[in-house]
Amino acid sequence: MHPNLSFEQAPPISVPYRFFLVAPWFGVIAGLLLAWSGGEVLASRWTPESLALVHLIAVGFMLQAMSGALFQFIPVAVGGNVWRPLWISNVVQPLLILGALLLVAGFYLSAPVLLAAAVPALLLGVGIFVSVVLLALWRTPATGMTLWTMRIAVVGLVVTVLLGSLLVEAMSRGLALPIIELTNVHLAWGLGGWALMLVAAVSYFVVPMFQLTNPYPLWFARWFGPLLLAMLLLWSVLWFCDDLRPAQLIGAPLALLCGAFATMTLRLQYTRRRKINDATSLNFRVAMIALLVFAISGAAMAIDPGLADDPRAAVWLGMLAFPGVFVSTISGMMYKITPFLNWLHLQRLGAPISAVPNMKKMIPGDSMTAQFRLHVLAVLLLPAAVWLPSLAEVAGLVFSVSCAWLAWNLTLAMNSYRRFRDQIRASALRC
Amino acid sequence: MSTTQPLFQHHKHCDEIFADAEEACSNGDWAAGAGAFASFAGQLEAHFLSEEEVLFPAFESATGMTSGPTEVMRGEHRQMRDLLAQMKQALADRDSDGFGGTAETLLIMMQQHNMKEENILYPMCDSALGGTDIGNSIAQRLAAS
Repeated sequence: MHPNLSFEQAPPISVPYRFFLVAPWFGVIAGLLLAWSGGEVLASRWTPESLALVHLIAVGFMLQAMSGALFQFIPVAVGGNVWRPLWISNVVQPLLILGALLLVAGFYLSAPVLLAAAVPALLLGVGIFVSVVLLALWRTPATGMTLWTMRIAVVGLVVTVLLGSLLVEAMSRGLALPIIELTNVHLAWGLGGWALMLVAAVSYFVVPMFQLTNPYPLWFARWFGPLLLAMLLLWSVLWFCDDLRPAQLIGAPLALLCGAFATMTLRLQYTRRRKINDATSLNFRVAMIALLVFAISGAAMAIDPGLADDPRAAVWLGMLAFPGVFVSTISGMMYKITPFLNWLHLQRLGAPISAVPNMKKMIPGDSMTAQFRLHVLAVLLLPAAVWLPSLAEVAGLVFSVSCAWLAWNLTLAMNSYRRFRDQIRASALRC
Repeated sequence: MSTTQPLFQHHKHCDEIFADAEEACSNGDWAAGAGAFASFAGQLEAHFLSEEEVLFPAFESATGMTSGPTEVMRGEHRQMRDLLAQMKQALADRDSDGFGGTAETLLIMMQQHNMKEENILYPMCDSALGGTDIGNSIAQRLAAS
């Protein structure tokens, strides 16, 4: 069957919106949890609060937002047809929310029973989601590195969730498994194999599109994803060898590869044709600077493991990656996707294009800019709080307010859609 | 040279003059903006016509697909022409917010349209129209625009 290239394949607007509107609230909870718990919980990545915080962002904020974006992105960007998106999201989203909340509560309360209860919800939710998404990604007639990198990313999500489930089983049943090594591998697949891989796939598409940059060089797009995958595989295997030094050493080129992606993206942005700075391009720039700092820090720790002896070093990396890289990227993307979705679905109501409000009328620009500034403050305060614990309360509060503001801006976008839709329908009735 | 290479390259050219027009108008430089916009609108129209009058009919007659991807692309051309008309009005009214908002909308519309063409439709056309002279005739039309 030939592709029809139509947006008819795109899901109803409620599908991406439901994920986007829920995601920031996990960030609100994370910020409040940090503010409530205080800076001492950042002393190590193994404190119950640290584990709860990281999963609030990874399984709460990021997985919600990235799932919602994939439902929209696959039909529009790579011509894939996701099977029954409304029905699937009705089933998947509650499972992901339930799984995230149980997981976070299980870590925070150190309650293995809650952790064990989270596993079936997440396995089922992610399992259904991944099945339909992979099917769509494999059946599309499109080609190109966005598609291939996206396929690798979804496989990365599967590996991350399976390893996470294994870790929970090991902890709740007391299985004799190498927890630290498995956690390192789980984390690397989550951050590199899934999240950064997806950001790369989407960036190949949206960075040239939104900012009119040159495309990513073909050699870069061809090599980055597969090389990242190969290094992750090698890194995963080496952690289980008797000598840990090779595993630590491979961390340096792995981190530098992430840094290469950040450098390439920043270079493209610097030479962009479109000079207008909006909340999307600014968020992307913050994300890539955070990724560069993450890569330099990670490489330094791999070369000189003494630097990572302080348990706070891993938390520093986490603060750079989760709020710095991924919350920034996702916020920037949502600020571009939601106004365009509104416009796209409004013009499909059958009104003349001149009756459909333009994209800048969906979310007030000043409100996006102000939220972006607060987010930058949070991105500066959170890593600083790792070394200056007295900053943790204010960092948590600022992050929480910033996420609530993001939720508010997205709610404004949804309300704009409803208001304009009702206006268009009412004027159609009058005609 | 593949059949659709001139159109592929012309997408980039349209992007460049779009950015000039948007930047000038958002800075309130209406004189420069008017010139850049006229150039952009002319080039975009020439691009649409090359597809609608040359490429799509050739593809449709070679494959028999008359209601498939080419029909969707024609529909999107109509939408983009409407957006161009709104930008032209905003330019005449010196309405920088209206111009900027519509330009933003057109940019995304145009970019996703280009991606669909470049990733899906153009490869289909190259495969269906390989060995014909369609590519040269499109290149000549675009060069004359």
